[in-house]
Amino acid sequence: MIKSKFKFVFFTFLLFVIIKPVQSAEMVDPIKVNWSFKGLTGTFDRAALQRGFQVYKEVCASCHSMQYLSYRNLGEPGGPEFSQEEVKAIAASFEISDGPDSQGEMFTRPGRPSDKFKSPYPNIQAATAANGGAYPPDMSVLVKARKGGANYIYSVLVGYEDPPQGVNLDDGVYYNKYMIGNKIKMPNNLIDGLVEYSDGTESTVDQMAKDVTTFLAWAAEPELEERHKIGVKVIIYLLLLTILVYLSMKKIWSRIDTEV
Amino acid sequence: MSEHQYVPKSKAGKWFNDRLPLLTLGAHLTDYPTPKNLNYWWTFGGILTFCLITQIVTGIVLAMHYVAHADLAFASVEHIMRDVNYGWLIRYIHSNGASMFFLAVYIHIFRSLFYGSYKSPREVIWIIGLMIYLLMMAAAFMGYVLPWGQMSFWGATVITNLFSAIPLVGDSITTWLWGAYSVDNPTLNRFFSLHYLIPFLILGLVVLHIWALHVPGNNNPVGIDIKKPSKDTVPFHPYITIKDAFALLVFMIIFAGFVFFTPNVLGHSDNYIPANPLVTPAHIVPEWYLLPFYAILRSVPDKLGGVILMFSAIFILFVLPWLDTSKVRSAVFRPIYRQFFWILVIDVLMLGYVGAMPAEGIYLVLARVGTIYYFLHFIVVMPVVGYLEKTDPIPMSISEPVLTGGAEPSLARKVNDKV
Repeated sequence: MIKSKFKFVFFTFLLFVIIKPVQSAEMVDPIKVNWSFKGLTGTFDRAALQRGFQVYKEVCASCHSMQYLSYRNLGEPGGPEFSQEEVKAIAASFEISDGPDSQGEMFTRPGRPSDKFKSPYPNIQAATAANGGAYPPDMSVLVKARKGGANYIYSVLVGYEDPPQGVNLDDGVYYNKYMIGNKIKMPNNLIDGLVEYSDGTESTVDQMAKDVTTFLAWAAEPELEERHKIGVKVIIYLLLLTILVYLSMKKIWSRIDTEV
Repeated sequence: MSEHQYVPKSKAGKWFNDRLPLLTLGAHLTDYPTPKNLNYWWTFGGILTFCLITQIVTGIVLAMHYVAHADLAFASVEHIMRDVNYGWLIRYIHSNGASMFFLAVYIHIFRSLFYGSYKSPREVIWIIGLMIYLLMMAAAFMGYVLPWGQMSFWGATVITNLFSAIPLVGDSITTWLWGAYSVDNPTLNRFFSLHYLIPFLILGLVVLHIWALHVPGNNNPVGIDIKKPSKDTVPFHPYITIKDAFALLVFMIIFAGFVFFTPNVLGHSDNYIPANPLVTPAHIVPEWYLLPFYAILRSVPDKLGGVILMFSAIFILFVLPWLDTSKVRSAVFRPIYRQFFWILVIDVLMLGYVGAMPAEGIYLVLARVGTIYYFLHFIVVMPVVGYLEKTDPIPMSISEPVLTGGAEPSLARKVNDKV
């Protein structure tokens, strides 16, 4: 009796939840990509992460900061897994401001793996002023900060179109099919062959968009692979323990006449 | 506890127990006679204790790494997620733990509503439980502010602004709460302090909640008073402990599913954008467990009216034991009230749903209908149905009709089907 009612209530609620996406159709649904990091055992594609980092470094990083990541993260397990030498070389290729020294002066030095990613602008105001009044958001947790996550970021990257008839755009504003409100101040920076991948992969717009989105997904959730791995173990452990406890319970309750 | 004449076996135990009868308490908790027909809806008390302990333990660790400052809070959370060993695990357990806590408490409350556990002689247990629930909401709200993301900031702004609806002194109270002229660093600081305090207040109330429970003993699905101890009861240990452990493990599997495989699904993506007082999010929504009250708040066109109605929606529950006029506790034997109970469940779920939607068009209509029913249920349905309803016959004891079946077979079947 209670069970059947409970089911009814549960499915009524489920119905509510299902109707929801249909009715909030202000924006175009992002393209669904079958990412390797989806699912219970999803992992990142190492090569895609390394390529994605290259796209980030050569294209995105000129405007977007990534202030919560350190260069050492690039060599850590579950990430792009560059070798220690490569990480040191990447870090050293940036001039990092440090100090004050014993004379009270600020100075610059080559980056170290322990340094945070160097930001392109000293502060948000400078970044905003240099980009036509639109702050290029920090990309550390961007994938987690957007509804639709990786699919949304990828869709925006490949979603540039000529504006439809009757839509007038101001200078420095571009039309994007997937962006909320369809107007975006970031120009379409990806063109075929823009970066030269060292692994020989052809750098089409779609390839670069997928690679950099994979990189951003890792940047937002560097713990993802470890999380999935531990998660599977935890669930298996709990399931086994649950079965044991269930059998113990049946045994204990068999001493009396009531079912559990 | 007086029924126990417990004497510790060891000399040291006796010496200690004469000075502080902790061992007597332990023996009481072990032997505590519990109705043997409790179903799985009764396992949520143990689950909730687990939730509280989990939140306190993970919270204490998080507080070791978190920085309660408007300029540093967001970065310190990212520091926990990236640099603290298993910081991501601790934080995801804590953030999803809040949701699991509320999931369990709602089941616990609705179980009480269905089986009449709030009725005499358990009114005080019910009221203490509601105080715990109120504190839980306060703790959860303040905890959500701590990461200092967009939803943190704007959620805090919306909720604290409610107090400005109070006539005459409203604005002064709001400023006093903020410690500034808007939600700002002083607000974050005090919210952190209170967020750390409240769980221990809850812990104290939980002790009282259980103490008050152990005076009359557990209600049960049949809802009748039982003799204790008798053949209707089992000792708490091992019968109830093992059953609670089983239910808790099932609960933990669901919990782990959220933590490890979809840790952000219950949160809002905007909270990964650092707080910005100059940019308002398109939709400001609270966490899912507060949505029904948010819907009630927004269903009233007048701000003060909305605030009063929202608080009334909670405070009306405090007088529930006296609004319910039925002499029968369990809805199993209340054919009419049972229907209304499920309507209330659907009503609250619907309010939660429209609370997440923009307050316009059909959603506003649904929110208003839902709000009206919510109050009608408690003010009209409960007293009137309790008074007029013809209840089903109630068994004399838990064992008799089920076991012997001799006295009245039809009744025995009924109990079996429904419980």
